[in-house]
Amino acid sequence: MTTPVLDIRGLCTSFMTDAGEVRALDGVTLSVGRGEVVALVGESGSGKTITGFSINGILAPPGKVTAGEVRLNGTDLLGLNAEALRQMRGRRVSMIFQDPMMTLNPVLRIDTQMTDALQAHETISRRAARARAIEALAEVGIAAPEQRVRAYPHQLSGGMRQRVAIAIALLHGPDLVIADEPTTALDVTIQGQILSVVQRLCRERGTSLIWITHDLAVVAGIADRIAVMYAGRIVEQGTVDEVLDAPKHPYTRGLIDSVPSPGAKGGMLHQIQGRMPPLTELPDGCAFGPRCPRRSGQCEARPDVSTMPGGREWRCFHPLEGAS
Amino acid sequence: MSDTPLLEAQNLTKVFGGQGSLIGRTLANFGVAPPSRGVRAVDDVCFAVARGEVLGVVGESGCGKSTLGRMVAGLMQPTSGTIHRDGQRNHARGLDRQMIFQDPFSSLNPRMRVSDLIGEAPRVHRIVSAEDFRGYVDGLMERCGIDPVYRDRFAHQFSGGQRQRIGIARALAVEPELLVCDEAVSALDVSIQAQVVNLFMGLKDELGLTYLFISHDLGIVRHVSDRILVMYLGRVVESGPADALFDDPAHPYSRALIDGVPRLDRRRVAYEPIKGDIPSPLDPPSGCHFHPRCPLASDRCRQEAPVLREISPGRMSACHLHDETSP
Repeated sequence: MTTPVLDIRGLCTSFMTDAGEVRALDGVTLSVGRGEVVALVGESGSGKTITGFSINGILAPPGKVTAGEVRLNGTDLLGLNAEALRQMRGRRVSMIFQDPMMTLNPVLRIDTQMTDALQAHETISRRAARARAIEALAEVGIAAPEQRVRAYPHQLSGGMRQRVAIAIALLHGPDLVIADEPTTALDVTIQGQILSVVQRLCRERGTSLIWITHDLAVVAGIADRIAVMYAGRIVEQGTVDEVLDAPKHPYTRGLIDSVPSPGAKGGMLHQIQGRMPPLTELPDGCAFGPRCPRRSGQCEARPDVSTMPGGREWRCFHPLEGAS
Repeated sequence: MSDTPLLEAQNLTKVFGGQGSLIGRTLANFGVAPPSRGVRAVDDVCFAVARGEVLGVVGESGCGKSTLGRMVAGLMQPTSGTIHRDGQRNHARGLDRQMIFQDPFSSLNPRMRVSDLIGEAPRVHRIVSAEDFRGYVDGLMERCGIDPVYRDRFAHQFSGGQRQRIGIARALAVEPELLVCDEAVSALDVSIQAQVVNLFMGLKDELGLTYLFISHDLGIVRHVSDRILVMYLGRVVESGPADALFDDPAHPYSRALIDGVPRLDRRRVAYEPIKGDIPSPLDPPSGCHFHPRCPLASDRCRQEAPVLREISPGRMSACHLHDETSP
């Protein structure tokens, strides 16, 4: 196996609140190979977005990385000073967010925002930058980019705004793109368009991709590997087929079963009892323990990571066996 | 199920705006400016819901599915067209049709306690007497899966899934026959979504409820619905039994919509989506609204709007292509 583009080891992120330290990430270990698409799946509050923020160094106080390391092509990102981090962000690692209306500046035209992004990292004339911007818009499938580039964000539809955000994220040909629920706010047909654009561009350029989502069905079609998060820990990871066809962790099994399948129409959906506890009230042992159908006395302790060759990992004392 | 449908909508139309400003109207009168036409959010929609049936409504943003739901729930007056209930046009109160909203945060009054949120309507409408009130509210809370000890809490003290349960209990408090669920589970996490969907299905069997289930999540809609309406820019383009429609969609739009849905068993697919954006409802395309995005569009589609007609027993579709295949 070649050296991974991104290598995260034992990443811990905490929020220092009045009520004490709240651990949002607890020993996250994840690596992403060149051109690989890794899906980070979890429910609200599982820490998937915080993982993205911690990698990119855009964690706002009182959030703080307390332990672990994040290496991008061998460079430790956590040790970088503010200027080096600024150089890295947007050029080597870029991010696509859920709501393109919030990430684009509403009072600047698209061309201004795109040339600004180019000039932040390159010495390039405004004219040349504008030409590059038009080219980038054409690549993400925006019709008539010469006219669209002069538009303000509010003049574009949601799907088009997300395309602009993708074009900006890919302007510098980054090694890694972190996409945080980029299609959640969009309609099914537009979601298909965005998936196809991201898939094509990352494949053509060998860009690695971390796709953060709560929707298992979306990642089934696009990801190479899946990491499932629960309460700040990665509870299971492996290839798409391993995780979806033969999940080891009861939580993953529960998530898969909660998705309605055409076969079991009208019946009761499988449901996971209860809900994720707030991070301030996590049990000492396995965080999923209180909701788990397979729990035993052993689960009062924290399960360690079990591994199999090929990057298959899970954190459970009572893993499920075999294919479903 | 009886023969008369519980609810029957005929030629339901809702136009927003259209009068224009005083200046705009004056200019139009003098022929200087074009007359403002307004947005036809729902355009000549006919459908019926049988008692105990779940009718799913799917479509993209702006297709008019929420407007349709609001008219059915009686929250909005149609511009033209009628909604008959049990074959009658007018009936005393709108209590028999209740609505569950998408956002469990903004649909509950933050300054009211749970017992008042649920209990206000039945108290005002004298569905429950003062002495039975407490037991009535507790019973509703229990039925919807909220512990009655939380009756004096406020909405912000609950999680999203629990709030949605409070919204459901509030709707059930006036003993409705029809629930309009407008994206009722879309804002919830996957595991919570399954819990709420199960609650809906359980209540349906227990109380004999009828649902109009509006959602953009086709997987959920297929799971819960008996029949489906597919809407595009205010018009119904296809309707039929859920399984038949999903397995073999007749209209090119339904086909594209259903093919585009990511599924767990579809791995490493190359997405080939429908081209283009949803057109603006302010200026819908001529003829068939879908023609600019349709791979099979012909000249006829650009000029003439297709009529919704029966293509096989129980299934309706609005597309000119059906004329060619079955003359």
